[in-house]
Amino acid sequence: MASIELVCPAGSPAMLRAAIEAGADSVYCGLRDETNARNFPGLNFSPQELKDAADWAHGRGAKVLVAINTFARVGAVDIWRASVDAAARAGADAVIVADLGILAYARDAHPDLRLHLSVQAAAGSVDSIDYYAKTYGVRRVVLPRVLSAPEIAALNRQISVETEAFVFGGLCVMAEGRCALSSYATGRSPNLSGVCSPPEAVAFEDHQGQLTSRLAGFTLDRFEAGEAAGYPTLCKGRFQAGGEASYLFEEPTSLNAMELLADLAKAGVTAVKIEGRQRGKAYVARVAAAFRAALDALDRGESTQPYERLLSSLAEGGRETAGAYRKTWR
Amino acid sequence: MSPRLELTIGPLLFNWSPERVAAFYGQIARDPAVDRVYLGEVVCGKRGPLLAHALAEAADLLQAAGKTVVWSTLALPALPRDRQVTAALAADPALIEINDISALAHRPPGAPFVAGPLLNVYNEAAAGELIARGCVRLCANVEMSLTAVAALTAPCPGLEIEIFAFGRLPLALSGRCYHARGHGLHKDNCQFVCDRDPDGLTVETLDGVGFLAVNGVQTLSHGVQVVDNPVAELRAAGVTALRLSPHSGDMAKVIAGFRAYADGVLAPADLAAAIRATDPPGPLVNGYPRGGAGAQWTARS
Repeated sequence: MASIELVCPAGSPAMLRAAIEAGADSVYCGLRDETNARNFPGLNFSPQELKDAADWAHGRGAKVLVAINTFARVGAVDIWRASVDAAARAGADAVIVADLGILAYARDAHPDLRLHLSVQAAAGSVDSIDYYAKTYGVRRVVLPRVLSAPEIAALNRQISVETEAFVFGGLCVMAEGRCALSSYATGRSPNLSGVCSPPEAVAFEDHQGQLTSRLAGFTLDRFEAGEAAGYPTLCKGRFQAGGEASYLFEEPTSLNAMELLADLAKAGVTAVKIEGRQRGKAYVARVAAAFRAALDALDRGESTQPYERLLSSLAEGGRETAGAYRKTWR
Repeated sequence: MSPRLELTIGPLLFNWSPERVAAFYGQIARDPAVDRVYLGEVVCGKRGPLLAHALAEAADLLQAAGKTVVWSTLALPALPRDRQVTAALAADPALIEINDISALAHRPPGAPFVAGPLLNVYNEAAAGELIARGCVRLCANVEMSLTAVAALTAPCPGLEIEIFAFGRLPLALSGRCYHARGHGLHKDNCQFVCDRDPDGLTVETLDGVGFLAVNGVQTLSHGVQVVDNPVAELRAAGVTALRLSPHSGDMAKVIAGFRAYADGVLAPADLAAAIRATDPPGPLVNGYPRGGAGAQWTARS
């Protein structure tokens, strides 16, 4: 079995170097504009920084994948086309794209540029993957986080392209790219603006020691004094349905599927991916090193277990889940 | 004079009993205000077999009454059975509505289709890709403002545009069934508990404010969208049809209200009152068409 490629996030040139030095085979990053789904101030790359970073990475045998993974704004599609051009000029090893119109542009304007299908396209079935492969020449699909490991195995037996699976970081419980909860509350969402539960809509209110988190005025959770208060991501809020309060959609956990690396390898995934371009170089160095060690152990035919607890303090509220990779999640 | 704005009935999103489904479409068939009806299970493949017979009978009845009937595909086909159902629908060259790109894998090139509101078509380039494949009508994604719809329509001449004008907004899809989870069950053994909530199960914040509604693997808004822009604005944006999503309230009155509004008989400012009188499952919202948060409501003055 071929070694699994470790794909790590790079929100800045420094983070890119840290990821590769810690053992990433590939990094993914975005240009400093609305064409990428982590369009935060102080993050991302200028075209020149991207070119320099690609040269540096290639000198170390690593690959650079450029995320142009938002849906183009109507009437402004040229901004997304320009990002594809910039990635090609920088010598990117692939672009990660979700929008049908941008996939078509990349295919036609840069036939030699490798195309990866973003998780935002939510292509989780043989038929949709086939369609993207045949129509746009997509070579790799980043899988939705709603598939179980056996489903991924079944999928890989039936498709001709590579698959990449998220294994660590933020966990979407909805099908990525098919969720408008954030814009319903705040007016901004991943598909419209490249952000989810945006910080400017967040408020914490302290009332006699009890802390309430709100998003655009909607109460998302309440914490007693001394309880750790998490960021109010909409789908990880506590709600009432049928008279009972619960984390109806998902507990405030994050994904850690290290214990399932062997299963994912058997399922035929080509690459595993770490989430978190917004989280800085110390984060990526630690996560990349841990997954590098686990993947190397796997290559030697050893257990990944010694590395599984290395990262728990990095999770949101210290709580982790293997998510949908275990079918009981549903 | 331009033809009347069409009224269409969107696919039933909820798990209603076959009797209720038959009665509902019987009423729609008799209603001259409705031009087109979308049929088919869009949300959960497990429900499909329960309603197959009632929907087939409804299709015959609606067609005999002169309505255009369009079958609508599953939004997130996952299981082999979901894929077979989708493939069979897509392979038939008759007009269908597509709610997931996977249907195109089985669609004869050029066969006409409606791109449903659950597809990610946010710009003219993406619309162009679908038009080249046979897309004749787009029901705009609910997140799009009317200004964005207008900007998409302008470079796509001939594309019919439908907008989601009435109902709880379809906001999200998941691999996880929240109805089952809410009842302590697992998706694979869900006991079809979603049939208890004909408009979805209301989700409130901890302070008891209605926020969302769960419907199996789908999450909807608690608020009920009512598009009440001046009709001239809709026409200028290229809108040719208003989609009304089935709910348990008085749909005949919902349809009558929107017909009167679309025909210029009922002022936009009076549409809200007409709809509130139909027992909608939540407060009215109209933020998305105005470019704001979907949950907002701004009254017309």
